[in-house]
Amino acid sequence: MNEGKDISCACEPGTIEASEPGETPIRGLFAKLTALLILWAFLYYWLKPTADLLTARGFGLSLSSRLGSSVAFFIYEVPKVLMLLVLVVFGVGIVRSFFTPERTREILAGKREFVGNILAACLGVVTPFCSCSACPLFIGFIETGIPLGVTFSFLIAAPMINEVALVLLFGMFGWRVAGLYLVTGLIIAIIAGMVIGRLKMERFIEGWVFQVKMARNGQGTQELSWADRIHYGLNAVREIVGKVWPFVVAGIAVGAGIHGYVPEGLMAHFMGKSAWWSVPAAVLVGIPMYSNAAGIIPVVQALMEKGAALGTVLAFMMSVIGLSLPEVIILRRVLKWPLIAVFIGVVAAGILIVGYLFNVVL
Amino acid sequence: MKVQVLGTGCPKCKQLTANAEQAIKDAGIDAEVEKVSDLQEIMKFGVMMTPAIAIDGEVKSVGKVLSPKEIADLLPK
Repeated sequence: MNEGKDISCACEPGTIEASEPGETPIRGLFAKLTALLILWAFLYYWLKPTADLLTARGFGLSLSSRLGSSVAFFIYEVPKVLMLLVLVVFGVGIVRSFFTPERTREILAGKREFVGNILAACLGVVTPFCSCSACPLFIGFIETGIPLGVTFSFLIAAPMINEVALVLLFGMFGWRVAGLYLVTGLIIAIIAGMVIGRLKMERFIEGWVFQVKMARNGQGTQELSWADRIHYGLNAVREIVGKVWPFVVAGIAVGAGIHGYVPEGLMAHFMGKSAWWSVPAAVLVGIPMYSNAAGIIPVVQALMEKGAALGTVLAFMMSVIGLSLPEVIILRRVLKWPLIAVFIGVVAAGILIVGYLFNVVL
Repeated sequence: MKVQVLGTGCPKCKQLTANAEQAIKDAGIDAEVEKVSDLQEIMKFGVMMTPAIAIDGEVKSVGKVLSPKEIADLLPK
């Protein structure tokens, strides 16, 4: 996931070596997992009533008061979001264990425009990706003959469609908004990739990339057992949720404050639908920013409650997550400036359109 | 024995290098840890995910920051 201001990677846990067969009793593992899932569902169901009860009886606060509603919001949202995160990161981890960059490369090799772009965008979501691996991956793809546009669809989708963001959006806004984020993210990745491909900008790839002779590595052909996959998923939870939870809690705290104390409609002036300049402003502000989805979204939810428009807010979030200065700096090694500029421009334009569309339609 | 850490300089690569040095020190093995950050050199190993670690020219792990213990397990006894 993207973090703070340093050049941290949008990293998911990498490959895991297959363990010896029979090392971990698989049935025991599945039983434990099922038990955990049932426990999870039970806890989740009782979260809101418990939060309200705790606030009213435990802290003696009225739920309709400012402090009371802030506290109830906080007590409910923190465990709820963290639990969702754990579940989804685990699930996505398992899905990711089926994909490696090598495998993705094999799938994409030889695919033409359109089909290739769609596949690349979808694969970008499920393949483990680290923004510090952007260059080796880019070179690896190009070298195999995967078209530039298809490669870009992958490179756009991978950081932009982030499962932490997905979970948070789902938890805070419901499945429709989360679904919209996923779908529009994919569409932007696909179309931007096709546009870049059409522009025939291959000459703006650094020359030395074509001279590189990349060794064929056998890494991608290892078969993982289910025990391995589960460990991979648990590892993902430990790494990602472990890194991200302070931001989530902080974000929800800010959100709780806004929820309880900021008057209704305050944000409508700055970020509401009628402010036509709010979408481009949101995208421009977001481009150089490079931040953790986990911290921003709870704040965004509260802002929205106070009148910010969904399109503006989504546009902001996507440009923060999808485009970043560190990523550009990294890509500079393999791409010349005109291509980088086009890359940023096309993606920004896509986000802009999505932002406006949502403001108008919803 | 030569241990090479492949990475372009992000915190993860630095962490892996530190862990590798720790592993070698703990094992008391006479080995050098070389940090490979040149992209062209990294590509010669055929890795697409950094950080990665190679021992005596053979890639052992890709895309993961191994703990010193995990690295020690990879070293030939």
